[in-house]
Amino acid sequence: MADYLLPRLLGLAVLTPLVSFFAILLFGTRMGKRGVAGGVCATAAILFSAVLSFSAFGVWITTHPPVPVAHHGEHETGEHQTGEHGEESHGHAETAHDEAGHAEAAHAETHGDGDSASHAATPHYTGEIYLLGKFGDLRLTISYYIDALTICMFCMVTLIATCIHSYAQGYMHDELVDDYVDHEATLDDGSHVHRPGRYHRFFQYLSLFCFSMLGLVYAGNIVMVFVFWELVGICSYFLIGFYIERQSASTAANKAFIVNRVGDFGMIIGLMVIWTGLGTFSFGDVPLFDDNGVALVDEHGEQLEQPGIFTQVRTAVAHHTPDGIIKAASPDETAALVAVAGPDASRAELSQLIDEQVPQWRAEKDEKGAPRGYWLMIVGGVGIFCGCVGKSAQFPLHTWLPDAMEGPTPVSALVHSATMVAAGVYLVGRFYPFFVPEVLLVIACTGVFTLFMAATIAITATDIKRVLAYSTISQLGYMMLALGVGGWLAGMMHLITHAFFKSLLFMCSGSVIHAVHTNEMTEMGGLRKKMPYTAYTMLVGCLAIIGAGVPFLIGFSGYYSKDAILEQSLSLMQTPGNPGWTQVFFLAAAGGAAITAFYMFRLWYLTFAGEPRNQERYDHAHESPKVMYVPLVVLAVFAAGVAWHLPFPGSDSPSLANVNLTNLLEQARPLETLADAPGQLIAMTWPAEHKSHASGIVVQATMVAFATAMGGLLLATVFYCWRKLNPEDVRNQFAWVYRFLLHKWWFDELYNFLFERPVHFVASLASAIDKTIFDRLIDGTASVVKTFAKWFELVADQKIVDGAVNGFANRVYASGLWLRNVQRGNLREYVLFIMIGAAVIYMLMSFFGGGAIAG
Amino acid sequence: MNLLTDPITVSHYMVVGAVLFVVGLVCMGTKRNALGVLMGIELVLNGANINFIAFGSKYLRAETLGLDGQLIALFVIVLAAAEAAVALAIALNFYNNHSTIDVDRADDLKG
Repeated sequence: MADYLLPRLLGLAVLTPLVSFFAILLFGTRMGKRGVAGGVCATAAILFSAVLSFSAFGVWITTHPPVPVAHHGEHETGEHQTGEHGEESHGHAETAHDEAGHAEAAHAETHGDGDSASHAATPHYTGEIYLLGKFGDLRLTISYYIDALTICMFCMVTLIATCIHSYAQGYMHDELVDDYVDHEATLDDGSHVHRPGRYHRFFQYLSLFCFSMLGLVYAGNIVMVFVFWELVGICSYFLIGFYIERQSASTAANKAFIVNRVGDFGMIIGLMVIWTGLGTFSFGDVPLFDDNGVALVDEHGEQLEQPGIFTQVRTAVAHHTPDGIIKAASPDETAALVAVAGPDASRAELSQLIDEQVPQWRAEKDEKGAPRGYWLMIVGGVGIFCGCVGKSAQFPLHTWLPDAMEGPTPVSALVHSATMVAAGVYLVGRFYPFFVPEVLLVIACTGVFTLFMAATIAITATDIKRVLAYSTISQLGYMMLALGVGGWLAGMMHLITHAFFKSLLFMCSGSVIHAVHTNEMTEMGGLRKKMPYTAYTMLVGCLAIIGAGVPFLIGFSGYYSKDAILEQSLSLMQTPGNPGWTQVFFLAAAGGAAITAFYMFRLWYLTFAGEPRNQERYDHAHESPKVMYVPLVVLAVFAAGVAWHLPFPGSDSPSLANVNLTNLLEQARPLETLADAPGQLIAMTWPAEHKSHASGIVVQATMVAFATAMGGLLLATVFYCWRKLNPEDVRNQFAWVYRFLLHKWWFDELYNFLFERPVHFVASLASAIDKTIFDRLIDGTASVVKTFAKWFELVADQKIVDGAVNGFANRVYASGLWLRNVQRGNLREYVLFIMIGAAVIYMLMSFFGGGAIAG
Repeated sequence: MNLLTDPITVSHYMVVGAVLFVVGLVCMGTKRNALGVLMGIELVLNGANINFIAFGSKYLRAETLGLDGQLIALFVIVLAAAEAAVALAIALNFYNNHSTIDVDRADDLKG
């Protein structure tokens, strides 16, 4: 049932926003007064998507009831139930693996039993909807890959998007006019830009974005992911540049788009490696058919399948280097084999010859100790990760995200904090089996640097949205760190929880901006009395993001995910044999947690606590309308409790008692994270994620997390609530640090110096070359041609052609003039002519007519 | 052969026709009076008519009834009448404009 229902439910959920997009695109201006119904249309569409997604969620948890992960204190010998929960529902109950003992067993090809959901150990459904094209063995398809992670992402995206659509109907209300005055866009003469309101346009883009994002999550192959990846990119571009008349907005939109292209370049390299090495773009296995659509079967009558990416990298033998990658890495040897076999060898013989050599090649190692093809895997992994760096605004491509705050706030909430920027993290999580440990190290280093850098910048920012933007970058850094240190579940969980509380925070900030018409926190203060809903839902968001909670008992959603990240970093640090500098991951994450707590509460205190700093703005402030604050409350509930391990409501069956975020995500866990992964090039071991649940690590990490969060909170309270310390003094004390942070680590200036200036220099050089050499060459050629043409025109046209025509005309004219003399107007003369003429003709015909007359 | 002594044949008719034709032609070529010119035209046409009748007569072809030449002559007479009407109208108009019908004065269309 599930394999029939899930793709259809989720596919419909993907397409509904697209329908809304086209409806608004075609009839937007005619939808109610000034397109007001466009908002309703988009909201209804995404609400329907949400309903479908949650139906799919219901189908999933009934067919794949999550089971609790058994945690044992002694993880060195502990047993784990692995993620084969899906098998049970199909009646193929798998016993739990003895994980530590048979680390490699997890990689073993699972036993095919004819069910598409059971080839890999994680339960999933995959299939093709439409074949776009076939190039040799490569199939470009529209396909789907649905597992627990997909379901979670669908529910998260549609739920948040529904809230934001509702909120945006209130927020964008001032666009519902025929003559919208943009006070931030000034014309040359100093007046403001007047333009028609673009209310429906906004919802049109939001709908397109929802379609793209859901399509990205639904996609069953990496090319389709890439297509939707670019689609969300272009939606982001449209939405950042929504106020296109503002110089800053159009620049920011361009910046976001161009910076993302840099990352996508790496991603295309990754795609090339995958194509070369694995010969498929599909995540899961694809059933094979011949040209007539008949299923291909092997000698046992079982359906033949083209192994997908995950199946190829997950085999016990392959470990990290699949056969295809090894073959791709051995071009010389392959060529030698082909030469030996001679020109008569058939294709099958050749491939058999090569296949026989693969185990031998696999055993070889280069001088650095890397197995053959390992570097290719590193290049491919880092390439894919490059795309994620761009999309998820990681160092060094993070600079676009703060500028992207030029878009309307609902966009910041939906696109630039909760969903699209999380797509990079999602892709790293989805592609996790493909990443070899060395790539994980790259991911971890990128993440840890990003999280620390962005957190420090957020301290000094005074623009409320920029604080949140840097906070987003920092939290995305946390997710990357989590994934990089081997904490797949921690990273994915933080992705989900962060989506909820960050969209909540952004929407609260939007509510504030809506009320006081400024982004500057220095103009705010004391607003909690004016707008209680906003203030207290934002407080929930702040508490969630700092991971507040009662240690070991209960906490806001961030408490669970952030602690999981810290635990895994600590686990990596404490793994025997790992170098001492791996402590950096844990220390930076813990320090980042303290800074997060500090800047989030600095934001809250500056905005809502204390006395109003700008009385005029304070007086005009008001609570937002209901359509805006109700979504805030909904999201606040989720931000607080999405990670809670509550008994699932309305279920008395024991199988549903374990439905919670952790157990759900556990079902989608890639098997790699269940075993220790040693690096091949560096002496480091990535511990299995379950080891981070050892009580020693958990206690340590939780205490550190609690202490840092409370420390940061306390510091913020001292500075900005109790006013015991003056931030001004600190600022003066550490003037250079302050300047450093205020200028965002001088990244924009650095890029300006490193890339823009050289580019401008090269461009001016090229333009000079163009002007002096190429233009002259072309101009010279042109003038030669022109001179020749002039001369040729003189000779050929004027002399010959015109001469001939004019000469003829002159002759005719002259003869006409001469013949005029005959017409003298004398009638009798004419008669004479007739007489003479007739006589002459008669005589001529008599002599020469050959007897025609007088025969 | 002597036309004056021989019995009447086609040749006699042709002589009369030729005389009429030449007289008419000379009349057209020498008269300055437009009416004189018109008269010359009539003479030319009648000279032609006599030829038609002569060639269509039994003198030339004994087996025929000899009506076809006469028929054409009738056509020519009708045409001559129409032509004379038009020509007289022109002459009248010319007189109205120039107070004369001297054709030598009618040189407005000279080249």
